[in-house]
Amino acid sequence: MAGSSANDAFVAFERVQKSYDGETLVVKDLNLTMPKGEFLTMLGPSGSGKTTCLMMLAGFETATHGEILLDGKPINNIPPHKRGIGMVFQNYALFPHMTVAENLSFPLEVRKIGKSEREEKVRRALDMVQMGKFDGRRPAQLSGGQQQRIALARALVFEPELVLMDEPLGALDKQLRETLQFEITRLAHNLGITTVYVTHDQTEALTMSDRVAVFDDGRIQQLAPPDVLYEQPQNSFVAQFIGENNTMDGVVQEIKGDTCIVKLDGGEVIDAKPVNVSKPGERTRVSIRPERVEFNKDRLKPGAHTLKAEVMEFIYMGDIFRTRLRVAGNDEFIVKTRNAPDQVRLRPGQQIDIGWLPQDCRALDA
Amino acid sequence: MTDGLANQGTGNASNELLLTTVDGKPLKEALIHAEARAKRRAFFLVLPLLLFILITFVAPIGQMLHRSVHNDGFIVTEDFGTGVRTPIMVNLTEWFNENPPGSEIDESAYAALAADMVVLKKERAAGQAGTRINYEISGSRSLFTKTARNADKLAPPYKEAIIAIDPDWENPELWTVMRSASSAYTATFYLAAIDMTRNANGDIEMVNENRQVYVKLFQRTLILSLVITFLTFVLAYPVAHLLATLPLRYSNLLMILVLLPFWTSLLVRTTSWMILLQSQGVLNDAMVGLGILDDENRIQMMYNQAGTVIAMTHILLPFMILPLYSVMRPINPSYVRAARSLGATSWTAFRRIYFPQTVPGIGAGALLVFILAVGYYITPALVGGADGQLISNLIAFHMQKSLNWSLAAALAALLLGGILILYWLYDRLIGIDNLKLG
Repeated sequence: MAGSSANDAFVAFERVQKSYDGETLVVKDLNLTMPKGEFLTMLGPSGSGKTTCLMMLAGFETATHGEILLDGKPINNIPPHKRGIGMVFQNYALFPHMTVAENLSFPLEVRKIGKSEREEKVRRALDMVQMGKFDGRRPAQLSGGQQQRIALARALVFEPELVLMDEPLGALDKQLRETLQFEITRLAHNLGITTVYVTHDQTEALTMSDRVAVFDDGRIQQLAPPDVLYEQPQNSFVAQFIGENNTMDGVVQEIKGDTCIVKLDGGEVIDAKPVNVSKPGERTRVSIRPERVEFNKDRLKPGAHTLKAEVMEFIYMGDIFRTRLRVAGNDEFIVKTRNAPDQVRLRPGQQIDIGWLPQDCRALDA
Repeated sequence: MTDGLANQGTGNASNELLLTTVDGKPLKEALIHAEARAKRRAFFLVLPLLLFILITFVAPIGQMLHRSVHNDGFIVTEDFGTGVRTPIMVNLTEWFNENPPGSEIDESAYAALAADMVVLKKERAAGQAGTRINYEISGSRSLFTKTARNADKLAPPYKEAIIAIDPDWENPELWTVMRSASSAYTATFYLAAIDMTRNANGDIEMVNENRQVYVKLFQRTLILSLVITFLTFVLAYPVAHLLATLPLRYSNLLMILVLLPFWTSLLVRTTSWMILLQSQGVLNDAMVGLGILDDENRIQMMYNQAGTVIAMTHILLPFMILPLYSVMRPINPSYVRAARSLGATSWTAFRRIYFPQTVPGIGAGALLVFILAVGYYITPALVGGADGQLISNLIAFHMQKSLNWSLAAALAALLLGGILILYWLYDRLIGIDNLKLG
């Protein structure tokens, strides 16, 4: 999926900019192509421009500059009802004065589909989300999860090729959210629908998507499959925003191929992988995932740099142990270890040496 | 109660079905006892309002309804100084009781009348009794006073003697009216309120065509109120929508403009309309000045139905805007967006999604405006002229000018009944739970 070219692009944003007030840009020069059948998530903090992008694609906002293409055709001047895009809203937006069946029937009615075919499609869509028995209910008589299922069925019932979802699981509790995350991805893949999903929940983005576009400040900071995004963040915003992360500031001393040596502000020297640093003397912020920190010396490469650390706190979390360390003057350094039978449980006050494989420690922009 | 806990009668094995508290009291009794104090206190708090409503609202309406079917002006006179109530027209009442409707008015009837006239003269009640008959046959008051003045001179045969005083006594209609007035409880006023009367045989029939006013006026009131309700709806809907969708700081400013008329006296608003609408008024002057109208062809915009409709539509507009606004404000814009994304044109999205959700507001606004319009008084009185008068103007006329309070009460009761029927219909069709006033 990641290797999609502009040729097979089903959805394409070309140099799209959006401003509401003519003074500030909410979306700055957005370029994005999606192949058919992809599940793409727009992830970012609120105000990062992700929802605006979705609304431009749906037709509720117009792009101030640039072109949005759907299946090769520019859609800037096509009104929303002619775009044939299914949409699921955060508050479900089920019509309160209609029953579930009437809600699902609505997109078919406005498309002038005959009654028997309509009923057949409504029934199939309801079965698809396991809500077959609820056709006569009103939205107010359903729980949040049920309402979201109906909203999903309504967005799919007229068989759109593209479905947009605007934080559809935001209002649900954790367990229900996980169930529905799985259901949505399963449906999207089974039906072969192209999906654009907006969320600010990184777990949701990682578990559901083929690719994730991380938005910040009106730009896509990184567009990559979840594993690449997590393991190889391109800049410190992505590293910070996705998952937990330990950071240390320093200066690049030496770059040798795909490793570099960074001198931290405290004077310690560590190995790292240069990502967006280019020459010695540059300031950098190195980033390492808590689960990639190693304190068993046998597992480190010979000659690898290590750092002295003091255990501040040990937190038992069931499946993992979370240990807080003081490293290079930073006492918020987190190490996560799996709860395995042979796992060491560190005690507060203990002095240890920590290290890591150079490719896990990424030297990013400061 | 120190323990609010209840269990299934652990200490009371004999009665397993009855829930009891732990020390064996029946649960219901315990609950009533526990809440009695709070209920008493709540009752004392609402007591002043309850009394106020009873004294100033329920009692007068009850009295009005009673007055619409009860008028004893023909059979009892009250000395306002002493409060002593003396029966009058006793003999004639007795004659009416003995002779069924349609009986010939014979000498015995005139004899009874003559005897009663003597009492009327003595009690100085001829005017009062005559007024009661005068409600239905004009000129009767003077007939009674004139006859009572000469009561002492009457001698048998009474028929000739009385007719000699005034030949109007021969009018059979007069006797029908006196018969109905001889009982305090009567439907006469309700009949009069719908332009009906009893003929000499006691049958109910329509009054003379040139005296039919009330039905026409009820109709006009109904039609004008419907027109006004419709106009306020047409004008208020877009305004309410604008208010509901604008950002709060703009909508608050606009809301002040909507509410501004509320803070102005009704009289001031009505007279402003008079200044605008009269034939030498602002609108006509402006149109003549712009050359749209000739000076001779100034449009008559007030002292007719147009004036009533224009002024009342303006005055009642906020009562439509506010319920609509309160219903529209919480409608999430994502409903219409959802409809659009599902393939509906903006018109279909409005018609099928937005509009149905505003129906409770339309119902509330329409009911409010209609009920207010049906009973409106000051505005039609000032700008309505002759054919812009509504039924309440006539009620006021009977209260203040003709002093026929019973007829006024009957008209008002019919109006009240009509509104209650409409309210009931509304409840059946739309459901009163759907009413949203704010």
